[in-house]
Amino acid sequence: MKIFISQLFDKERLITRLIASAGYSAILFVLLIFYFLISEGLPALGEVSLHSLLGTRWYPIEEYYGLLPLISGSLMVTLGATAIAMPIGIGTAVFIAEVAPRWAREILKPLVEVLGGLPSVVLGLIGFLILSPALRVNLNLATGLTAFTGSLLLAAISIPTIISVAEDALDSVPRSYRDAALALGATEWQTIWRVTLPAARSGVLTAGMLGVGRAIGETMTVMMVTGNAPVLANSLRMLFMPARTMTATIAAEMGEVARGSVHYHVLFLIGIGLFMISLVVNVTASAVVFRQRKRSERILS
Amino acid sequence: MVKISIEHFHLTYSDGAESLRDITIDIPARAISVFLGPAGGGKSSLLRALNRLNDLADVRSVSGQIRLFGDNGQTIDILDPQTDVVALRRLVSMVFARPVTLPLSIRGNLTYGLEVAGMRQNNLLGEAVERSLQQAALWEEVKDRLDEPAAALSGGQQQRLCLARSLAMQPEVILLDEPTSGLDPISTSKVEASLQEIKNNYTIVLVPHSVQQAARVADHAAFFLQGELIEAAPGPNLFINPTDKRTQDYVEGRFG
Ligand SMILES: Nc1ncnc2c1ncn2[C@@H]1O[C@H](COP(=O)(O)OP(=O)(O)OP(=O)(O)O)[C@@H](O)[C@H]1O
Ligand SMILES: [Mg+2]
Repeated sequence: MKIFISQLFDKERLITRLIASAGYSAILFVLLIFYFLISEGLPALGEVSLHSLLGTRWYPIEEYYGLLPLISGSLMVTLGATAIAMPIGIGTAVFIAEVAPRWAREILKPLVEVLGGLPSVVLGLIGFLILSPALRVNLNLATGLTAFTGSLLLAAISIPTIISVAEDALDSVPRSYRDAALALGATEWQTIWRVTLPAARSGVLTAGMLGVGRAIGETMTVMMVTGNAPVLANSLRMLFMPARTMTATIAAEMGEVARGSVHYHVLFLIGIGLFMISLVVNVTASAVVFRQRKRSERILS
Repeated sequence: MVKISIEHFHLTYSDGAESLRDITIDIPARAISVFLGPAGGGKSSLLRALNRLNDLADVRSVSGQIRLFGDNGQTIDILDPQTDVVALRRLVSMVFARPVTLPLSIRGNLTYGLEVAGMRQNNLLGEAVERSLQQAALWEEVKDRLDEPAAALSGGQQQRLCLARSLAMQPEVILLDEPTSGLDPISTSKVEASLQEIKNNYTIVLVPHSVQQAARVADHAAFFLQGELIEAAPGPNLFINPTDKRTQDYVEGRFG
């Protein structure tokens, strides 16, 4: 009997240890990645002057390491994608959750999931073969490989995420809220606009942030359709010209750069920048959601 | 005077079961009518038919006729698909079992219905806020915090706010579906008192949460059992000498 208990005890301890080590190793890996990024990227700050890093030319072969074109390219493509994806995504979510008849909902919901599961390379291919020629002809551009093309595709990639998260949020608004608003003589749209959406806002906000997060990190599609010309975006017209994002730069150039060279270090510096940006987006998102939740918990309790 | 006349009303949900069968009853104006009966009797379904809130539920079919005699002399055919439901719901307001405050301030909750109805003048809105809160016996408790979120009120206050919200619209009929089921006795008596207060100006239809409450407030009472209207009578009669055995068993607490 005594032996049995101590065996049991050992087993418990073993399992606890295993789980704990799995947890700690996750933290360890993140720290290692961060350390690696820093150790490969920070030397760039010593090798290239800040002045040149803030330059407007990215031409590594001749030692021009201006990051502004890449940063502005990323910003332009991402903001464009967000501006397109948010209204469409949230609008569709409202339609599916609130307006669509049941049969339409039952078709649309799985369809959105399927869209969300499309590998981004496939979307990139469609963008490259169909969207970009169509844009070139219809908008009368020199090339269809532009920042705008990238924005459109990134929007297509993030829309399914936005829809399904926002739709869940709307769905979880109690039926009684809608009844109450309708019973006061609000129309269906007034109810959606003034009651259902505000009640679901933290979820809808999360949906938007997740969508933006996907758009920032996306590499493949962007590389395939934006034309990859590192030009500083200094006017709105640049949206319809080729652009180069930070992610695409790393992906395109990392393969052919000499390890330990200045160029190599600068690419890692860009990586640190991306890491920081997504950190900021995520922290803001969770802070906003957390604040909202705390407020609504206080309110609903 | 009859406010709402219900004739041969049937209602079937999409699962096929007939939830209300051949209901015929008149609801008198400016009095409190109660619909009582055990769970599943169809009281809520009937109430929700009166302002067409059933439109949103899985209703397969309704038949019969429900007419509302408006104060302006107009007769509204409630079940007619052509009837403007938004206008109807402004005349026939509803308070639910669980207080549902909208995610707005106290004032915002009260003015919401008026604003969507197109009222913009701040002085009129302010008057409506004070008047409705007075009627619902809530004014003293909240007059200094009208801009706080409504959800910060206690449950009993929230329910009176919901009543005030209905009153702010100055409807002709107020439907209340077990409005005090989640409230303590003190809040309950406050709600009942304000119903007594307002019944001279409004037609009130109440699904009570207990037979005792029904007996306390009813000017007219109707007993529903499994989708049928068993018996309807002026207030005390139904409780003192019911004609039907089943009504008697229910009001005497032999089943619930
Ligand atoms: N949305 C719905 N879909 C299908 N059936 C429903 C729906 N709402 C109610 N029913 C059915 O209709 C019948 C009457 O329900 P109703 O809610 O009107 O009863 P009630 O008298 O209000 O009961 P309670 O005292 O429990 O509130 C029940 O058998 C119920 O199952
Ligand atoms: Mg009910």
